[in-house]
Amino acid sequence: MSEFIAWLGNPGLTHYLIVSALLFSFGLFAILTRRNAIMILMGIELVLNASSINFVAFSRYSTGTIDGQVVSVFVIILAAAEAAIALAIVLNIYQNFNTVNVDEINRLKD
Amino acid sequence: MEFTTIIFYVFALLMLTSAAFVVMSKNIVRAAFALLFTLMGVAAFYALLMADFLAITQILVYVGGILVLLVFGVMLTNRQISVDVKTGTIQTFPALLIVAALAGTLGGVIWSTQWPTLTHLAEGTATAPVIGHMFLSVYLLPFEIASVILLVALVGAALIARRERTT
Repeated sequence: MSEFIAWLGNPGLTHYLIVSALLFSFGLFAILTRRNAIMILMGIELVLNASSINFVAFSRYSTGTIDGQVVSVFVIILAAAEAAIALAIVLNIYQNFNTVNVDEINRLKD
Repeated sequence: MEFTTIIFYVFALLMLTSAAFVVMSKNIVRAAFALLFTLMGVAAFYALLMADFLAITQILVYVGGILVLLVFGVMLTNRQISVDVKTGTIQTFPALLIVAALAGTLGGVIWSTQWPTLTHLAEGTATAPVIGHMFLSVYLLPFEIASVILLVALVGAALIARRERTT
């Protein structure tokens, strides 16, 4: 037990990995349960951030090089592109269907 | 207890509670506001992990760009007359089971694995010059591809979101 408390008092790689796993789980939960497409996008952002934390944590504690941070920069770049495209698609869907609830959008063609 | 330990737990708590709020909140605008704190917590984690350049990039791109874009999306796709920014959830119970199982599995794997700790990053390394050199040497091709992807995404987003149709 005292070993566990000592572990808690000294944050290392495992702590960051566990926090990022929890963040990933929250994001997945948002993706699975939300009806609004924009809330699903927020869940995707949470998942991407969780993976990014993992890369940076490994870069800090495991490999000791900056490569993980470079990968994280690429993750941020792709997240920006993804958000722009996805919101354009959501706006287009809203113009066509007048709703962004993913369970009501079930037609491929008008 | 060291100062960085306290900082770590404060930001971990902030991040996870605000992420939980993002997931649970019925109001989309409040969820977007809670996402702000989650992204700020992630930036603080980057700073704790000695990724100073990434921490600033996270705040600039996520908080200044993506979050504003999301809020714009919320404002443009909800009927403002009836002030209906609420949203429901579906399949909560099966999703809760799946996510709890996944989180348990991930936590168990992370806990039981002996992670290789070859070398630690030296304290106080300035990462921005190193990242810049890597972008122009080792990661030159991915860097150029990323720039092309950003251009294509910008043009594509403008084309898709345009109101009038040419066809």
